[in-house]
Amino acid sequence: MSSTVNFSGDLLVILRHAPHGSSWLREGLDAALVAAAFGQSVSLLFQSDGVLALAKGQGVGPLGQKGTATTLDMLAMYDIESLYLDPEALERFGLGEQDLLLPAAALDAASLPRLIAGHRLVLTF
Amino acid sequence: MRYGLLVKGAPYSSQASHSALRFAAALVARGHRLKCVFFYHDGVYNAARLAAPPQDEPHLYDAWRSLHDEHGTQLQVCIAAALRRALLDSREAERHGKSGHSVEPPFELTGLGQLIDLGREVDRLVTFAP
Repeated sequence: MSSTVNFSGDLLVILRHAPHGSSWLREGLDAALVAAAFGQSVSLLFQSDGVLALAKGQGVGPLGQKGTATTLDMLAMYDIESLYLDPEALERFGLGEQDLLLPAAALDAASLPRLIAGHRLVLTF
Repeated sequence: MRYGLLVKGAPYSSQASHSALRFAAALVARGHRLKCVFFYHDGVYNAARLAAPPQDEPHLYDAWRSLHDEHGTQLQVCIAAALRRALLDSREAERHGKSGHSVEPPFELTGLGQLIDLGREVDRLVTFAP
């Protein structure tokens, strides 16, 4: 996939936290949406617990949080379509492509430096 | 070079603010320009004007202010992250019917768009997270 994927953009947001347990994921997605609204080309990389953000069937939870699944639905509207995930993290949680809300390209560890180098700004949440 | 800092750790709870301030001091000492510090996530607590740490500990709030006074560094706070965490300037306090305010200049409540702009304007944006 490495040769066919466009690895460049203005902003790469790396999401490493699951929904609900903290505000990291929501605040990271907010930064991505704002950047896109400002006309920047934005890519997202779901790493570690962050892959859980992509899991289907999320509720809003008993903690009174709004959750982030609805925000993910809005990504396409903001032209955020370069989505990447760490396939090892996905496997660790027993998830496969069929369990995801949105298609994200599996990014092997060897391609990670190229993805990061291809973006002018990287924000990690 | 022109630098910006993004601080995401609460003062005293994590190393983030301490490290960011030391990095800031090193930058200006070497002749770089520190344009702005942007506070996001729990980092917004750095803007709480009522901070009263023990006298034998670093006064982080005053240190941020000095950075502004001495080097013209802007101190910008994400308004969405701030309001949730009880950090309101006088205008927001009035708008929300609160009797006091917890943020005052040189700290400014501002939108996330400012962070994105900062990322565009500086040569390096360095994050300090917990």
